[in-house]
Amino acid sequence: MKKEMVCVVCPVSCRMTVDMNEAGDIFVSGNKCKRGITYAEVELTNPTRKVSTTVRIEHGAHLRLPVKSDVEVPKAKMLEIVKALDDVLVVSPIKVGDVVAKDVLGSGINFIATRSM
Amino acid sequence: MKQYDLIVIGAGSAGIAAALKAHEEGVNSILVLEKDKEMGGILQQCIHSGFGVEMFKEDLTGPEYAERYIDKMLAAGLEFRTNSLVTELRPDRSLVYTNPEEGYQEVQGKAVILTMGCFERTAGQINLYGERPAGIMTAGTAQSFLNKDGFLVGKRVFILGSGDIGLIMARRMTLEGAKVLGVAELNPYSSGLARNIVQCLDDFEIPLYLSHTVIQVKGKARLEEIVIAEVDKNRQPIPGTEKNFEVDTLLLSVGLIPDRHLTSQAGIKLHPRTGGPIVNNRYETNVSGIFAAGNGLHVHDLVDWVSLEGERAGASAARYINGDLTEAELITTEPGKGIIYVVPHYVLKQEDEDVRFYFRVDNVYKNAKINIYKDDELLKSLKKMVMVPAEMEMVKVTNADILDAHQVRIEVEIG
Repeated sequence: MKKEMVCVVCPVSCRMTVDMNEAGDIFVSGNKCKRGITYAEVELTNPTRKVSTTVRIEHGAHLRLPVKSDVEVPKAKMLEIVKALDDVLVVSPIKVGDVVAKDVLGSGINFIATRSM
Repeated sequence: MKQYDLIVIGAGSAGIAAALKAHEEGVNSILVLEKDKEMGGILQQCIHSGFGVEMFKEDLTGPEYAERYIDKMLAAGLEFRTNSLVTELRPDRSLVYTNPEEGYQEVQGKAVILTMGCFERTAGQINLYGERPAGIMTAGTAQSFLNKDGFLVGKRVFILGSGDIGLIMARRMTLEGAKVLGVAELNPYSSGLARNIVQCLDDFEIPLYLSHTVIQVKGKARLEEIVIAEVDKNRQPIPGTEKNFEVDTLLLSVGLIPDRHLTSQAGIKLHPRTGGPIVNNRYETNVSGIFAAGNGLHVHDLVDWVSLEGERAGASAARYINGDLTEAELITTEPGKGIIYVVPHYVLKQEDEDVRFYFRVDNVYKNAKINIYKDDELLKSLKKMVMVPAEMEMVKVTNADILDAHQVRIEVEIG
């Protein structure tokens, strides 16, 4: 089973050809670095994505603080996990890297601030 | 008039990198002017990841990338002003800026670097046919409202243009509960990065209509409906292919134009295709001592390349201030077959570091070659599996190899 795939790990956007044999071994070509191989394997089994969003912040330079998931989120769960952050409210000062939401919906995924504010 | 060695206009990724590099090269009297209330430029609203892969070997979000550079600026103790809009720039490198604390200020630099970024093309610039209701805005405007202020600008959204900001906003608004009905792209290929088609559209089953455009917008106070149609090779709508979408919002992601509000007063020549200043391999414009870099010079895809360009402009400005830059004859760079433009536009006939030519192709090319000609002699040929207009290309050429040339030409060779 041959599949054309665009690697989304970084903006280089490698166009890869991914092949899986009957034993489940995966062969990847077209990738410029080894992260492409990992991406292809995960994409064929349990696709995940980095998720960036914002949460409310009080007394900040802006009304929203940008945050990201500390690990990749299963693709199917992205919408409900972002929705769950609607209730989060933090207060300035926040440092980049601070955890603003822990173990969201019991997923084990934390969200961390991507800037100081 | 207060004097500085270097004045940098714009504290986004190019400006900060330029100021830091000039400082590293021994320039101490530096002023950085930023019109926004904080430094970092457009990165502050680009909360998605994909930044820093080259500079930091990490995949950062926009704000994280900005903060690393801002921290370096603060650590270096460089002088800067926020809320400071430059309203006038003169050929003698004096300029006027205003801000709430200092009012009207005139300053002069031995060198000035223009790193003002770019603007989005607006509804008025693409002659959208139909009524003029609320709900039509650029993708970047919607991004600023959503990511900084927390306002979702609409619930049912269509996007015209497949530029990266439009694609990113398709995902972002979907994640925040809006329904994105589709993206129309005039060209038969996407104008955004391939990874963004996958993770912003395909992931959410948002259709991409290639060779389509919006032919009419309808609505009284608020946008109610849009009509799209397929276009032929001459980009003319094909009758009978119309599709209607009931939407309250139309986002535009139809191109970026370098900010050049200061260039004409200073006598800086602009390039018709990039929209930014014409520069040589030191990123110096035709006005001595005025340099340019980043999206204000030509629109980039990757911030890492913006920072690198800023650094090179900063290093050149430092050499200019120290009296180490001398004039020389110019070698012209020429976009040949298949190439839209090449930056830099000139190379000085003088020993220098290797030249990096940045360019874009005019169409999608598969299994093609990039040929670099020195006058009529083939200097270098590189195989490329895929080239698309959305992704800027770079070729490095050894400076000594071209010093006896009149012209360097870059061409696409098919097959």
